[in-house]
Amino acid sequence: MKTQTYVLNMGPQHPSTHGVFRIILELDGEVVVKATSVPGYLHRGIEKLAEARTYTQVIPYTDRMDYLASMLMNWGYVAAVEKLMGIEVPERAEYIRVIVGELSRIASHLVAVGTYSVDIGGFTGFLYCFRDRERVLDLLEMVSGSRMTFSYFRIGGVADDLPPEFFPPLEKFLKDLPSLCDEYDGLITGNEIFQARTKYVGIITPEMGINYSLTGPVLRGSGIPYDLRKVRPYGVYDRFDFEVPVGKNGDCFDRFVCRIKEIRQSARIIQQAIEGLPEGPIMAKMPKVIKPPAGEAYAEIESSKGVLGCYVVSDGSPKPYRVHFRRPSFINLGYLDELLVGWKIADVIAILGSLDIVLGEVDC
Amino acid sequence: MGENIFTGIAAGLRTILAGAGVPPLASEFIVMLVKLVAVIVFVSLNVIWLVYMERKVCAYIQCRIGPNRVGPKGLLQTVADVVKLLAKEIIIPRRVDKVVYLAAPILVFVPPMMAFAVIPWGEGMAPIDLNIGVFYVLAVASLSTIIFWMGGWSSNNKYSLVGGMRVVAQMVSYELPLVLSLLGVIMLTGTLSITEIVNAQRGTWFIFAQPLAFLIYFIAGVSEVNRTPFDLVEGESEIIAGPYTEYSGMGYAMYMLAEYGSMMVISCMCTIMFLGGWLAPFGWTFLPSWFWFFIKVYAMIFIFMWIRWTYPRIRVDQLMAFGWKVLVPLSLANIFVTGVGMYIYRAIGW
Repeated sequence: MKTQTYVLNMGPQHPSTHGVFRIILELDGEVVVKATSVPGYLHRGIEKLAEARTYTQVIPYTDRMDYLASMLMNWGYVAAVEKLMGIEVPERAEYIRVIVGELSRIASHLVAVGTYSVDIGGFTGFLYCFRDRERVLDLLEMVSGSRMTFSYFRIGGVADDLPPEFFPPLEKFLKDLPSLCDEYDGLITGNEIFQARTKYVGIITPEMGINYSLTGPVLRGSGIPYDLRKVRPYGVYDRFDFEVPVGKNGDCFDRFVCRIKEIRQSARIIQQAIEGLPEGPIMAKMPKVIKPPAGEAYAEIESSKGVLGCYVVSDGSPKPYRVHFRRPSFINLGYLDELLVGWKIADVIAILGSLDIVLGEVDC
Repeated sequence: MGENIFTGIAAGLRTILAGAGVPPLASEFIVMLVKLVAVIVFVSLNVIWLVYMERKVCAYIQCRIGPNRVGPKGLLQTVADVVKLLAKEIIIPRRVDKVVYLAAPILVFVPPMMAFAVIPWGEGMAPIDLNIGVFYVLAVASLSTIIFWMGGWSSNNKYSLVGGMRVVAQMVSYELPLVLSLLGVIMLTGTLSITEIVNAQRGTWFIFAQPLAFLIYFIAGVSEVNRTPFDLVEGESEIIAGPYTEYSGMGYAMYMLAEYGSMMVISCMCTIMFLGGWLAPFGWTFLPSWFWFFIKVYAMIFIFMWIRWTYPRIRVDQLMAFGWKVLVPLSLANIFVTGVGMYIYRAIGW
């Protein structure tokens, strides 16, 4: 009997590609023979748009990259401009950045954990994660007035001080968080079928992870404790005591578990940041018009998906000459085509979900 | 209390017909017709209630409230949904096999409906008391494989095709443990008649005599009705909706409603074979037999829903491995143990 492979076009409209991502799968029955990923359906030309905006006006565009962790996107950009201008950010602002940044990371990881549960087929975990993410969004709304696209960071500091009513619910949330994480572990991580579906699936070896310059939980799942907050601390991260959770096998399960563990660690960081929150200004002394000297700067931060790099070139005018973002989701996708070969359709979803991409960031 | 409502109605109808001078054969035919219509109407309406129940159960499992706007406590939500689906356009994609494509969602209701013909809803309340009732249900229920495959094949969509392939593979493999697990009960009772099997459970329910068989039957049953963790056929996050992908409006709704119909059949069979059918537990006969039957059936359905909203989905190769390497050997072992047990029992002379 003669059999032949067939091509299945998965996406851009597909419930589990996390947005408008497209993979052209060549399948032999249910097994992937060849995969070609086609990003770009959400490309808005943010980098080009930035060239026609002033430095401050670029900040809202960064919100729209990884819209699940907007605070961290803001951070990457302002860090680069601050580096270019040589601005010393006040200590209080740095602490506030850590607090909102880690909250944003928690929100982003909660989405990752929840949607991964849906990808594997269990819808209930999704709603538990989103229930708790709601609390984070409420907190961030108190700070910035917005729930998704915060634009809270400013070049030289943050837009506003933390309101006093922000702290009691935050404390309560941090107190609840470990038990909430236990709940996810009980509902999703501990499930026999979930483990059968994710363990030893989509293994990324440490060597391949490094070769493809993967970062974030995707790399740490392979056992490499590479976290910028630890290995090259920026801001005030060197003052906090926290661990970098790593996986062992580099499979989908490890990447997933890493995220839940990181949520716990983020809670620890926030707790320490609240305790050590100094008094003082929240903005550095800034000129009226932000006009960095001609030159270039590259700054990196650890976003929830990996290392977010921002490269800014200035020609001395009030508008950036060129802005480029190193988007972790995009870079992490580079290995996907190779990773998918040999796995089944269901695994394609499991592997893609474990990379935790956000299309706004991939396509920028 | 209310024990004889339904049998009373049937008897009353017969008396009236006899009084009106209708020949016995014709009167029997009319009574049968009434029974048939009653069962079909009940099953269809019950499906609407089951959808509501599913949504409420899943809502409470997921820390939500669920439908609560249409009607009291949202009871009319499903009715509103069905009306909406009825009003929707039925889209026929280009280059589908029209006849098969349109026939499949209508035919999909047939196997569960046919199975209900022998289900006894209470004492003496089986529409037809067939002496090979169990065999009939199993035979009819396995027909649905073909219908899902029709939908998957005719849609001219690769997702549908993959879904259709999975249906055939899954249902054929899980049919086997499903049947084999029931063999234990049949060996104990020595009959294929549903009524006699229920009556044989007056002492102990077969869930206690055949716990392993019950478990196997339940797992295989979940698989037969394509529900999580065995909902690979639909596999929402992988293959959109499997064979249903191209269907819109009522065509899609028919598949969904049929799924609930099949779930009802499996739950009824579970109740009959293992949970004592209409028999009241602990001699609590203050509730009518049909009421007990429904309590047990809905308890089973609740467990179905509970599992669906807690577990993730298994992968296709794991499904096959589980079916062939775990369930089939276990059910064969169960038959063996039952046989040996029966032999020893007889040898002791109990």
